[in-house]
Amino acid sequence: MAPKLSREDVLRVADLARLELTEDEIARFTRQLADVLAYAEDVQGADTSGTPPMSHPLASETAWREDEPVPSLDRAESLERAPQADRAAGLFKVPKVL
Amino acid sequence: MQALPTATALRDAIRRRELTAEGAVQQALDRIHDLDGALHAFLHMDEARALTRARDLDRRTTPAGPLHGVPIAIKDNISTRGLRTTAGSRILEHYTPAFDATVIERLEAAGAVVIGKTVCDEFAMGSSTEHSAFGPSRNPWALDRIPGGSSGGSAVAVAAGLTPLALGSDTGGSVRQPAALCGVVGLKPTYGRVSRYGLIAFASSLDQIGPFSRSVPDAALTLEVIAGHDRRDSTSAQRAVEPFAAALSGDLRGLRIGVPRHLLDAGVDPHVLKSFDESLGVLASLGAAISTVELPHSRYAIPVYYLVATAEASANLARYDGVRYGLRAAGAATLDEMYEKTRSAGFGAEVKRRIVLGTYVLSAGYYDAYYLKAQQVRTLIRQDYERAFESVDAVALPTSPTPAFKIGERVEDPIQMYLADVFTVAAPLAGLPAISVPSGLTPDRLPIGLQLTGRAWEEATILRMADAFERVRPIAHPDLAVAGRV
Repeated sequence: MAPKLSREDVLRVADLARLELTEDEIARFTRQLADVLAYAEDVQGADTSGTPPMSHPLASETAWREDEPVPSLDRAESLERAPQADRAAGLFKVPKVL
Repeated sequence: MQALPTATALRDAIRRRELTAEGAVQQALDRIHDLDGALHAFLHMDEARALTRARDLDRRTTPAGPLHGVPIAIKDNISTRGLRTTAGSRILEHYTPAFDATVIERLEAAGAVVIGKTVCDEFAMGSSTEHSAFGPSRNPWALDRIPGGSSGGSAVAVAAGLTPLALGSDTGGSVRQPAALCGVVGLKPTYGRVSRYGLIAFASSLDQIGPFSRSVPDAALTLEVIAGHDRRDSTSAQRAVEPFAAALSGDLRGLRIGVPRHLLDAGVDPHVLKSFDESLGVLASLGAAISTVELPHSRYAIPVYYLVATAEASANLARYDGVRYGLRAAGAATLDEMYEKTRSAGFGAEVKRRIVLGTYVLSAGYYDAYYLKAQQVRTLIRQDYERAFESVDAVALPTSPTPAFKIGERVEDPIQMYLADVFTVAAPLAGLPAISVPSGLTPDRLPIGLQLTGRAWEEATILRMADAFERVRPIAHPDLAVAGRV
């Protein structure tokens, strides 16, 4: 049985997910997600001993194809959609990393 | 005002030259101008492009395909080249794809004309369209009520006769539930039946594109057009596409339908139950054998769905980082700060809630108790269906436990909102096809839907059942005087 969701859990997880929550969101989400998790506790009642997990309905059908090169998205067209780009150099731009 | 005919009737009229494709598109646009101010089904349109395309079709000497000249509305999480695609999110508010989804290419090759993009819950996360960043759609049967979600705008477009066809996506019921609440046909194909190339991903082990229509033959025809393997989507199966529309015989003799009675004990509206029991009577009168089946693990379907879907969503939505497309928040000094500010400004409350929940259930210490456990129960849910399908050919349930609820009624209560999907989440968890067909109206004239779930790859069977049912119980149309010009 997992412990009740705390404010600290929400802050830790939001940080992992790169979300900056407002005070109001932290309070609301802590309450609402604790309710959702309490509701989801129900699944603990199912007997799953020896049951394999299902990740995908088609897990048994692996798709194979020849590795043939085909045209992909045009670089200039892709860069057009970027918030910031060096189009001449063909690069996306981001804030300084180093 | 006369509602539009079915897609098949419209196509036949164009073929007989009683109407041009341009005329059909213009009719759709006129109706949208009249009604969509009140309904808000559409987010963006490109009228000039749709009319140009219709004129191109009219110049052809042979029909382009089985949807020649038929206007279609597209949920705004399906990529359309040169036409804005926001998935109902601020983070993609100004995003215009450089490519078409495979379903768009196939529809256009078949002669369909894309009219515009429809309102949906943000990233398809919701059951009412109230989580759209650009305002909800309204139910054409009662403007103060939700149309269902997440593909609500597509359901409204078809129910109000703005277009005879629409596409939506169904992850936990997002095609079938709004179809039921708006009184139209909605089909979720088998997982892997339709390519998802160009569908903005929500939960990749569940998402599937499906049609809305005003008749079952139209749904069958649209499925024929969009189905089939696509080399760009490795999860699209190598299965032959059957002539679904030709298999609608109207005869249900020899077919068996199972009813999981034990799921109907609590929380189901009495009018919904009454309509459901009447529907079983209709199916029996058409020759189907009705029996009771047990799906013991379906009682866990909602928690399993919300654990699995949020976990997958938290991974899929990691791509919105402000680097390659979409919103980038201003004023960030570092890369990390840019990610945080962009995602916090761009995502709405429900999306953040689900990312937090999904990240939590995948995080160290909780993975086994929640995510792994949910995946195991998912196996049990599927095994229940496999066992039931040894003795029946389809499982019948109401699509939604209640008719459309009022706008605002559940928006701050996630669990109540999630329970709207109680009968629809099992089919995507098990990867099965399911259809919602209108089964009647409440005394207040709100639509009710009947859901039929079939074996994997056996859309033909549930389409045949729904079609036979519809011939006896024809679809009703809303009175739109209330939404029109006064």
